[in-house]
Amino acid sequence: MQVELGDLGFEEGGHLLVKRALRAAAPGEAVAVMGCAPDLALHLEVWCRAEGHRFGCGPDGVLLVSRGAAEAARWEGAEPAGHADPRRPGAVAERAPLRWGLAARGATVEAGSPEFDFRLTGKIEVWADTAAALYAQAAAAQWNPATAIPWDAAFDLPAEVEDAVVQIMTYLVENETAALMVPSRFLAQLHPHFRKVMQLLAIQAADEARHVEVFTRRALLRRDRLGRSTAGGQASLKSLVEEPEFAIASFLLSVLGEGSFLVLLWFLERHAPDPVTEAVARLAAQDEARYVAFGLAHLRRHLEQDPGFRPRLALAARQRHETLRHTAGLNREVVDALLLVAAGGWDPGQLRLGHHRVVGLLADMDAARRNHLQRLGFADEEAAELSGLHTRNFM
Amino acid sequence: MNGTNTLILGAVAYDPKVVTIWDGFQRHFALHHLPFDYVLFANYERQVEAHFRGHLHVAWNSPLAWIQSQRIAAALGRTVEAIAMRDSDRDLTSVILVRADSGIHEVADLQGKRIAVGAHDSPQATLIPLGRLAHLGIEPNTACEVLPFDLVPGKHGDHIGGERVAVRALLRGDAEAACILDANHLLFSQEGTLPSGATRILDRTPPYDHCNFTVLDGAPQALVAEFRRLLFAMSYADPLVRPLLDLEGLKQWLPGRTSGYAQLEAAVTRFRTIDAFVEKLVAQCR
Repeated sequence: MQVELGDLGFEEGGHLLVKRALRAAAPGEAVAVMGCAPDLALHLEVWCRAEGHRFGCGPDGVLLVSRGAAEAARWEGAEPAGHADPRRPGAVAERAPLRWGLAARGATVEAGSPEFDFRLTGKIEVWADTAAALYAQAAAAQWNPATAIPWDAAFDLPAEVEDAVVQIMTYLVENETAALMVPSRFLAQLHPHFRKVMQLLAIQAADEARHVEVFTRRALLRRDRLGRSTAGGQASLKSLVEEPEFAIASFLLSVLGEGSFLVLLWFLERHAPDPVTEAVARLAAQDEARYVAFGLAHLRRHLEQDPGFRPRLALAARQRHETLRHTAGLNREVVDALLLVAAGGWDPGQLRLGHHRVVGLLADMDAARRNHLQRLGFADEEAAELSGLHTRNFM
Repeated sequence: MNGTNTLILGAVAYDPKVVTIWDGFQRHFALHHLPFDYVLFANYERQVEAHFRGHLHVAWNSPLAWIQSQRIAAALGRTVEAIAMRDSDRDLTSVILVRADSGIHEVADLQGKRIAVGAHDSPQATLIPLGRLAHLGIEPNTACEVLPFDLVPGKHGDHIGGERVAVRALLRGDAEAACILDANHLLFSQEGTLPSGATRILDRTPPYDHCNFTVLDGAPQALVAEFRRLLFAMSYADPLVRPLLDLEGLKQWLPGRTSGYAQLEAAVTRFRTIDAFVEKLVAQCR
């Protein structure tokens, strides 16, 4: 075999031509390297010494290279990290080996690669076939807070209604911060072999960061300070943020919490007293729907494979209720603010209407939670019980 | 040291990675039940001295430290052996570079010129190429001026910084020629320190050998034999071993050979650069 480099220097990319020829050569076959770059012979000899190839000169001065054993030895024992196409059987490992590390799914991994300390390695815990579609949807639906919301729209609210909006926004910021921290924490523990799940958690965190931004900005639109944060509300969120198990955190946050939260956001959108509140609620609700869908999808898959996991979910909901039973849950200020915003004014008739709307909101949240629980295979009665135990903080 | 249960190796810390390398070898040998420890030295002269004082059993020696050891041993009536070396230690060459547009076309044209070299104790970037020039009639410091770049003394040129600076001096016009190791010519070409077409190779030395594991008579034979056996059993296909071989820059260990040190031997004889050290140590060890 022969490879012609012309005047191309070995260091200028000529080595790629030599490597390609060596790959194509039969074992033991010498490749004749032809070329007129002034330092070719020197560089070729040095490179062969470093790479463990054999170098020699033919009787007519032709440079000869034979492949050494090192290159093949390096890739002995290498293994594919699944397959790039997740639809292929076995493409996504049921348990991703720690030695695959950060290798892209479908890459060939050299033996001896360092093991990473990923905690979430089981497909059953994290995977949903819809993750790729949800990620694509999330990536396509990114909105710019500076332009998507009519920050300069003219509106004039009674002072107390504006205060109520500020209180609700303060509550939303706190909840969205929890919704940012929970996926972020698991993102750092997730084996990157589950790439689409990793991407979805990342974009969820980015979405929640944006929600924190726009709710804060709405709160400060007409005021220079935020509202109140209660000990009971924080206790509820703390129990979410500290949940160590991904599937349970996902159940409590995405299915029960964000499921309720989603109803609240649509409620705010419907009864918003101003166009800015309406826009921030709508845009956030559109994003949150994806994460509820993901939570439901991967938990359904998990439960299909391990129905015995269902009682553990129920237990987690009950335990959280026990943990929070001595706290106030939702702060009175938020309930009152919701009523006032839904009422739209101080007229007794308006207040009564606001009250009915908040009662309807609570019923809608309960219905949403029960619906989600039923989709996860909980019987109607247990779904009703667990929904009733859900935190009064909504999230 | 005789009768010891642990093989002690000496190495020179020319780079922080040396600790990583020998820690890794220590783990590897422990896996194979060879009690092994190592001592690091700031320079080769201190290592050679410690070797003759019996503080270590095997020295990972530069070619110059090998010749120092050989001469001291000969003077003391002792025997010294090179037991192993890397595949990449065999058949190195050095090159003498000039700028491409220079009027220097043969070694004789270096008469009266300034030649940039590496560290004063570097076999590859100073002693061997200057020895060759002297052999070809260009005696350093008389027929030509030598511009040394002693960036990290005592390391016998293991640190390539001096060679890089020597090449830059050539390119800047501070010298008319520069001496470097052939592998560094490729490295500097790849990284752009040597721009394509900016220099040309005026001369190249015949091949010579580089480092080896040196033992003196009286070393614990069973431990040394096991050390050697384990070295030769290290396979590049073994994922646990490969990172160590990569760090140390080899694909396989080979038996030591001493036929590749003649050029350096001639150079140090000519320039007498190690005489004082050898004489001092011989006097101390007698």
